[in-house]
Amino acid sequence: MADAGTSTALAQRGRNAKKPPLLLLWERSQRSPWVASVQFAAFAALLLWLAMLGAEQMGYLWQWYNIPQHFFREVDGEWIMGPLVKGLLVTLQIAAWCIILTLAAGLVTALLRMSDSLTGSALATGYLELVRNTPLLVQLYLFYFVISPILGVDRFWTGIICLTFYEATFVAEIIRAGIISVDRGQWEAADAGGLTRRDAYRYVILPQAVPLMLPPLTGQIINLIKHSAIVSVIAVTDLTTEGRNLIADTFMSFEVWFTVAGVYLVMTVSLSFFVTWLEHKIKVRT
Amino acid sequence: MNESVTAPVIELSGVSKFFDQFQALREVDMDVRLGEKVVVCGPSGSGKSTMIRCINRLESHDQGRIVVDGIELTHDMGNILAVRREVGMVFQQFNLFPHLTVLENCTLAPMRARKLSREEANRVAMEYLERVQIPDQANKYPAQLSGGQQQRVAIARSLCMKPRIMLFDEPTSALDPEMIKEVLDVMVELAKEGMTMVVVTHEMGFAKTVADKMVFMDHGEIVEVAPPQTFFNDPQSDRTKQFLSQILSH
Ligand SMILES: Nc1ncnc2c1ncn2[C@@H]1O[C@H](COP(=O)(O)OP(=O)(O)OP(=O)(O)O)[C@@H](O)[C@H]1O
Ligand SMILES: [Mg+2]
Repeated sequence: MADAGTSTALAQRGRNAKKPPLLLLWERSQRSPWVASVQFAAFAALLLWLAMLGAEQMGYLWQWYNIPQHFFREVDGEWIMGPLVKGLLVTLQIAAWCIILTLAAGLVTALLRMSDSLTGSALATGYLELVRNTPLLVQLYLFYFVISPILGVDRFWTGIICLTFYEATFVAEIIRAGIISVDRGQWEAADAGGLTRRDAYRYVILPQAVPLMLPPLTGQIINLIKHSAIVSVIAVTDLTTEGRNLIADTFMSFEVWFTVAGVYLVMTVSLSFFVTWLEHKIKVRT
Repeated sequence: MNESVTAPVIELSGVSKFFDQFQALREVDMDVRLGEKVVVCGPSGSGKSTMIRCINRLESHDQGRIVVDGIELTHDMGNILAVRREVGMVFQQFNLFPHLTVLENCTLAPMRARKLSREEANRVAMEYLERVQIPDQANKYPAQLSGGQQQRVAIARSLCMKPRIMLFDEPTSALDPEMIKEVLDVMVELAKEGMTMVVVTHEMGFAKTVADKMVFMDHGEIVEVAPPQTFFNDPQSDRTKQFLSQILSH
């Protein structure tokens, strides 16, 4: 083992020896995460600078210094939340509820769709087709103006339910794809062992399917967070709504939209990192 | 008590099975008595797998009756689970659970379907892993084992359910030649202990030493049933003769 390691290292050095040192340095820097971060930052700065340049030509007056107080403000020695933080909390609440409900609804839909019950699979298929083939915005209006008044649901929960309804269709398909990609022999071994269908899913199929589902599920949850901005059209006070209200009050549209986008970016990127860590943990365990 | 020894423990009568238009089994009749060893052979596509998979209802039959250990197989899920608890199955591709250790592979079904405690299940599992001579691999994952070891784990996994009947579907066909013997040895041991076995295999040496009864299938039919002596030395049907001449010439 150690032998093999040394010999590949030697081979590496042997190959590298022929290259000029500057080229070597360049190649090595290409692989470093630090260099990647710096490159990314430089690119982002360039874009920002271009935007600023454009804004300046429009005669836009930048007021970045006014932004922080809309996160937190000190009043009489106490820190109070600004609209952006309040909005962020609402968005996080919506996202958290939606993630839980979407995973549950998606799992149920996927299982129904694959069940032997004709009614179950017809119901699931009908739901998938209906929801995936109509615009989310129209669904939101339908929920807000038709279903919610009938059931007496407030706008916050209307937003959550509608988003769940929409996102769960994608999650259901991801879960189904994960489940069918588990080898058929695994079902047969579970069945032959006398496991109930429930136990087969729980102990044999899902533990193998979930790692396959994690990457696409993460993508879908990131979509969910981004799509959650749509609840601003029914005036739920999420991050996007708060941002819009802030602009109405302060006219700092450029700064506020940049900030709002940045906050969404931080949310989604941290989620990606979390899932990467989770995947790594799962991989280490098996 | 005496009756249960003589009465068939597996009974197939007039069993037919269709895959859409295609008929994979044609009115198959077969009895297996307690402790009997039946070896099933026949050309590829003749319905051997389909038949033994009907016995634990991995496939459902369309016509006829199948009674296993006194329980008739119907759509009744309770009956199906009851039969599966009494019938172990070993597959050509092992079908071990890759995310579980060898030990966990062996304890899952006993704990879930037989409601054994973890300690009891572990004890039983170690006992059978010793029987198949791999107790030292208990904490490895299947991918870390050789094919022969994996198949022996699969056998141990089935035995941990303490089945009354064991089904084998070409258990050595996916193995490298040097590993076939270690698996067959385990099966011979099992046969000596009196296990009721139905084995689909083309290992004719194994068949000669172990089988009480040879069953030859072709085109979804049972063509010939005979004790190995008669079957190999004096086959009745032309199809059997042709099959045997092909397989023994290798
Ligand atoms: N799930 C299925 N769907 C459609 N046809 C099937 C299915 N399973 C088996 N068959 C067909 O039924 C016939 C019998 O198959 P079976 O697997 O029982 O044969 P076999 O005797 O076990 O053959 P082999 O020696 O190749 O394993 C074959 O023609 C096969 O193509
Ligand atoms: Mg077969």
